[in-house]
Amino acid sequence: MSQLEMKKDQSMVLQKQMIASHFERLEQAPETKEPVVYTFVPGNLTELIRSFGCLPVLPEINALQSGMRGKSRAYIREAERHGHSEDVCTYVKCDVGMMKSGNIGPTGTRLPKPDLLLLSYTGCYTFMKWFELLREEYDCPTVFLHVPYQGDGVLEPQHRAYVIKQLKEKLIPMLEQISGKEFDEEALAQRLAWSSQAEDDLVAVLEAAKNSPSPIDSYFGGVYYVGPIFSAFRGTAEGAEYYKLLRAEVEARVAAGQGPETPSGRLDEQRFRLVVEGPPNWTHFREFWKMFSDEGACVVASTYTKVGGTYERGFRHDPKDPLGTLADYCGGCYTNLNLPDRVQMLCDYVTEYAADGFLINSVKSCNSFSAGQLVILQEVEKRTGIPGGFIETDLVDPRYFSPANIKNRLESYFQMLAARKAVA
Amino acid sequence: MDCFIGIDLGSTTTKAVMLDSHGEVLGRGITNSRSDYDRAAEVAKTEAIITARFNLLRREVEKVAGTELLEQLLEAFRLEQLLVQLGRLEELIHDEIGGGVSPDLQGAAREGVEHIFRKIRHEEDARFNANDRRRRSDFFRDIVGSAYFRLAEEIGNEGGASFDLLLSLYDKCIILVENEPLELGFHQHIDPALARIGEPPAARKGVQEAASIPLNVQSSVGTGYGRVRLPFPKENIRSEILCHGLGAHMMFPGTRSVLDIGGQDTKAIQIDASGIVTRFQMNDRCAAGCGRYLGYIADEMNIGLHELGPMASKSTRPVRINSTCTVFAGAELRERLSLGEAREDILAGLHRAVILRAMSLLARTGGVDDEFTFTGGVARNEAAVSALRQLIEENYGQRTLNISPSSIYTGALGGAVFALRGAA
Repeated sequence: MSQLEMKKDQSMVLQKQMIASHFERLEQAPETKEPVVYTFVPGNLTELIRSFGCLPVLPEINALQSGMRGKSRAYIREAERHGHSEDVCTYVKCDVGMMKSGNIGPTGTRLPKPDLLLLSYTGCYTFMKWFELLREEYDCPTVFLHVPYQGDGVLEPQHRAYVIKQLKEKLIPMLEQISGKEFDEEALAQRLAWSSQAEDDLVAVLEAAKNSPSPIDSYFGGVYYVGPIFSAFRGTAEGAEYYKLLRAEVEARVAAGQGPETPSGRLDEQRFRLVVEGPPNWTHFREFWKMFSDEGACVVASTYTKVGGTYERGFRHDPKDPLGTLADYCGGCYTNLNLPDRVQMLCDYVTEYAADGFLINSVKSCNSFSAGQLVILQEVEKRTGIPGGFIETDLVDPRYFSPANIKNRLESYFQMLAARKAVA
Repeated sequence: MDCFIGIDLGSTTTKAVMLDSHGEVLGRGITNSRSDYDRAAEVAKTEAIITARFNLLRREVEKVAGTELLEQLLEAFRLEQLLVQLGRLEELIHDEIGGGVSPDLQGAAREGVEHIFRKIRHEEDARFNANDRRRRSDFFRDIVGSAYFRLAEEIGNEGGASFDLLLSLYDKCIILVENEPLELGFHQHIDPALARIGEPPAARKGVQEAASIPLNVQSSVGTGYGRVRLPFPKENIRSEILCHGLGAHMMFPGTRSVLDIGGQDTKAIQIDASGIVTRFQMNDRCAAGCGRYLGYIADEMNIGLHELGPMASKSTRPVRINSTCTVFAGAELRERLSLGEAREDILAGLHRAVILRAMSLLARTGGVDDEFTFTGGVARNEAAVSALRQLIEENYGQRTLNISPSSIYTGALGGAVFALRGAA
């Protein structure tokens, strides 16, 4: 086993198979005539898409998978060769570069062209421009679902009605058109029930981190745990099965008093319990994780694992109110929350998960995440009294990951926490 | 005598501080890192041991011979060290002429080089004999470089070997000298140094007594950018954040905010009453506005780094600088010169821009407390200090600003204190 490899849980193996088979199915879509809908993780409407027999493609998942598999560097270069600036979101450039290089997805299979671009706008303006670029390329129908920003911290009834109206009048007719099928509310309700079941299990998994030692790493391990529910498998029977298996694994670790598998081995001795804000770096994922696990640092809660849904706050997809629940889901996405809400969420994590530290990983090319992080840092420090750390990396551009520099900051941060603990 | 060493392997310079068991500073050493951390650590440590010997010597010699004689001996010792390095540099340049210069130019090159080294030796002798104690750079490269360039220019102007040829010979060989393990220790040079000042019996007696005291290094702690290169156990490697915080606390116990501008990093640190770090921020991977930036500017202007501050202080009308990007440092400088701005005014603007960037990091950590300490190599630059003083007052009002003459050793001092505490 190389230094950065690690022991895989059964759920990880299963997830890999699920993702591979989904990409194979996508490759065959032009022959099987299954319509393909490109959409983004925050505010995704996978149950609705799937209820029409369509297959979802999530470009930012492809980009991060390309980053993890060492392919993003070439794709980003390709996009820059076509004139995209260094400052553009690297997810966008990775996707554009992949498209320009023949649209071979991260698992090595070809991705089909979209029959529909479905943008559920939930706070990231870059997503909108990204799909405009794709529309130029593919010349296919586009639906822009406008989800009102929760500036006041709540999704007002009129906002909810506004989203439902768009679903009824714009999206559903378009899905009927590209699939040739009529909207089937019962089929949607069935999928929402699977979602709800998976969400219950996912919340149990993430909340298991309240134990000491935590049986999971809620950031580095967490991104694997949310993989199926963030990508194509929310509202599917196999997705629900996956989360049942994952939950059992995690509960077994709790019962045995075990920590999670990490690149440094099983982390039973946890010196630091951290809350992390911001997405991880994907190009050096294991190396980055090892910088934490080598120091005995375990992430007990993270906001990134909530960008596809803030289920721990109580929301579940409700089969009894299919369209209303989709509107509620979109409105409550992490990216659609205002700063006070995000600060409160982090403060709650620090308290509920008994964290020693709070760390922000700021992403150079992601203004949507990083613009408010200074306020978040200062507010969380003020309210919780624990020291915040701040590091900077990138999503999928390996040029912006400087290992010595990041390790230096992390070590400094951990040593500071240790010094403070020693005098506490 | 038991002693404790802290070594700070910075990106530009490597520093070492040696303490006795009461925490008193016995000796300090500094050298260029030049990307060879192993060698730099050894040189800095050796120099710290030499100055420790001199401190012991001071106690012995001052009693019987007075301060003046001791200072003379110290100067004579430094001159002996410099002559060793100078001899080696000349030897290497002659080898380079033999191997790398076309035969028709070799005669003129040798003649020029011999003239340059003869003159430098003569000037150094004259400086010593005139008892000239004006401050100059600590580094062989800077001392010899400025004399070599001046003399090479004269030779070139007078029709001898070209300036470019002489310069390229110097550039090739100076790094070799810096990276060679030359014998520069106390025992090798104290006898010639004594001979140079006329073998006064009081000094000879003091030297013998000081040399006989054993210096037993009980523990060493490493910090700084290259600290992982040190062959120390993990617990003896500390982050420079912690070391700078503790070092600043040792120098100025009332300080609560610390700014360190080093070659590669700028660090804003808040500490508590015991010198424990409570919060910190560092620049990201980009070294814009760090000491290295000023280094490039000095190179671009063909002057020594230590000359920048005095020149900038002559400014009457500082210009506004757009970018502290190290990559564009030369371009920014040339643009301003082409617009007719005075060098002094450009330099004053550059220093202000460096400090403005640091102010942002300070703000991120929560601002500047009543007592504030400025450390790192840039704290020795009077123009940077003046800009900092002004900006602190503009932003935070009247504050006590501490700058130790030994500020560059702050990190190494913190490391040495950790070594002392760890051994206790």
